[in-house]
Amino acid sequence: MTALAEAPQRAAGVPPKVKFKRQWDKRLSYIATHAVGIALGVIFMLPLLFVFLTSVMKSDQAMTASLWPTEWHFENFVEVFEKAPLLSYFGNSLLYSGVATAGALLSAIPAAYGLSKLRWRGQNLFFMLTVAAMLLPPQVTIVPLYDLWVRMGLTGTLVPLIVPYFFFDAFSIFLLRQFFLTIPKDYIEAAKIDGCNEFQAMYRVLIPMAKPGIAATAMFCFLFTWNDYFGPLLYTGENRDHWPLSLAIASFRGMHHVEWNLTMAATALIMAPVIVLFIFAQKSFVKGITFTGVKG
Amino acid sequence: MTTLVEKVSPSVPAKARAGARRAKRRRTVFFFMAPAFLGFLIFFGYPLIATVYYSFTRYDLINAPVFIGFDNYVRMFTTEPLVGTAAYNTLWLVVILTVCRVVFSLGVASVISRLKSGVGLVRTLCYLPTLAPPAAATLAFVFVFNPEFGPVNRFLRLVGIDGGLWFNSPEMSKPALTLLALWGSGELMIIILAALLDVPTEQYEAAELDGAGPIRRFWHVTLPSISPVLLFGVVNSIIYALQFFTQAIVAASASAGTADVAGNSKLIGAPQNSTLTYPIWLYVQGFRYFNMGYAAAMAVLLFIVSAAFTWILVRQLRKSQHQEEGA
Repeated sequence: MTALAEAPQRAAGVPPKVKFKRQWDKRLSYIATHAVGIALGVIFMLPLLFVFLTSVMKSDQAMTASLWPTEWHFENFVEVFEKAPLLSYFGNSLLYSGVATAGALLSAIPAAYGLSKLRWRGQNLFFMLTVAAMLLPPQVTIVPLYDLWVRMGLTGTLVPLIVPYFFFDAFSIFLLRQFFLTIPKDYIEAAKIDGCNEFQAMYRVLIPMAKPGIAATAMFCFLFTWNDYFGPLLYTGENRDHWPLSLAIASFRGMHHVEWNLTMAATALIMAPVIVLFIFAQKSFVKGITFTGVKG
Repeated sequence: MTTLVEKVSPSVPAKARAGARRAKRRRTVFFFMAPAFLGFLIFFGYPLIATVYYSFTRYDLINAPVFIGFDNYVRMFTTEPLVGTAAYNTLWLVVILTVCRVVFSLGVASVISRLKSGVGLVRTLCYLPTLAPPAAATLAFVFVFNPEFGPVNRFLRLVGIDGGLWFNSPEMSKPALTLLALWGSGELMIIILAALLDVPTEQYEAAELDGAGPIRRFWHVTLPSISPVLLFGVVNSIIYALQFFTQAIVAASASAGTADVAGNSKLIGAPQNSTLTYPIWLYVQGFRYFNMGYAAAMAVLLFIVSAAFTWILVRQLRKSQHQEEGA
């Protein structure tokens, strides 16, 4: 505190030459940090740029070291659809991600409400178990689960991947709870005094107020299932008809291994929906991520 | 609470009233939590316990499990060599990838936090790759790091460096995977960035007036205030490395350039088992060779190791939660 009070005096006492040097130091460090910042942004984007540039090259040019396409072949994107049933894979991905996300919201919203707005014995324990379920590797529980689905005759389909979301999705519950905690309990109390029961209070008051949080949770769930590779490999690996894009893309490379341009076109196509989603909902993403991190 | 009720309405038995209310509240909680409880038990609780049982059996999904005691564990630690390779690869990733990921994320975040303008744009550009589906991102990297015509080696040749074989050599495959993971570590960057921006500026000003240079300010002001987030980053990265699967399995088959991933287990771990991670070997044992009991034993070991780190994170979370409630 005393140091702060002394500050103006000290600054006044600085000789002009030093002051001038300090200004230059500041300007230089401004330029340096911004240069590094721009460089970082460019480096992060480069792989995506290479993917795009290669995807519009002719197949023999993609096998050379040239970076810039001599001719632009946008029809590569169409050709990809002819080479592989991408549309049906796309449909499977959409089915998996869409239905799983809907299920996750349906089951996780009440659970997150119960964990943030009600008080009950074992609440903390259940929350910690949810966090543990979120953090432990999926491989830990996979043997009995696979066994379970085999006995029900449902392996080879997307059912084993989707159904659990209708009951328990640890990440969605966790993230929604973090969002719900930021909404003051007073609103719920007021609704209850006005004659709402808990369900109505959740449905009419909390959900409308938590819309951004619910949207963010839906996006993360969609993204996770869209990107999921292990689950589909395990359950639909044998049955090509049920493959989502993530699996199809990996073997696309195997089937057309010389044609890097087509592989990169397919790669660009699977990345595109996610990037578009992000451009429209950047703020929710950033908010959601900072919520997942532990606050100091 | 009860005393108040007694005073207001002495005619109605207070205990019965409170009991009825408690029963109603219990019903409400049950109503809200039932799907989650059920799902937790079926999809997490049961399989967690059942894994331990299966780990003591020989089981191929068709014939009933046969109890064989500790045989799976004995085999894991003595006769089967590839599990050692897989454990080594995963351990390599746990150490190297974790250190690189945290240091790199901290570095990028502190650069972004110093920007006066364009923070949003740079943050977006650094975060965007995180969203790319791992399978697609891996394909992109296998292409970019192609030894002959990949852009990376081309750039390196321009500056006179002989770029390596990357995904095609056992020495460079794991470093290449690490670079891929760093490219996608935007999530951790944003978490650290948020923590950096939360450090009170008065502390920096005070330190500056006391004559502390940028390095000492970073060491004595920044690091202590973001240490909980760094701990989060370390443990989170360890857990991430312990389950490293998709990138390694896709890189192996994509760089070899042959048949599809799902059908071919010969390519897994290529080149020379250098990308065979522990979860991949667990997958191959259980779901390619149908040694479910052995896979379960591997899962138990993975559980013990990850549970230890998970526990650290959960404890950390609980601590910060208490602080929030106390504030």
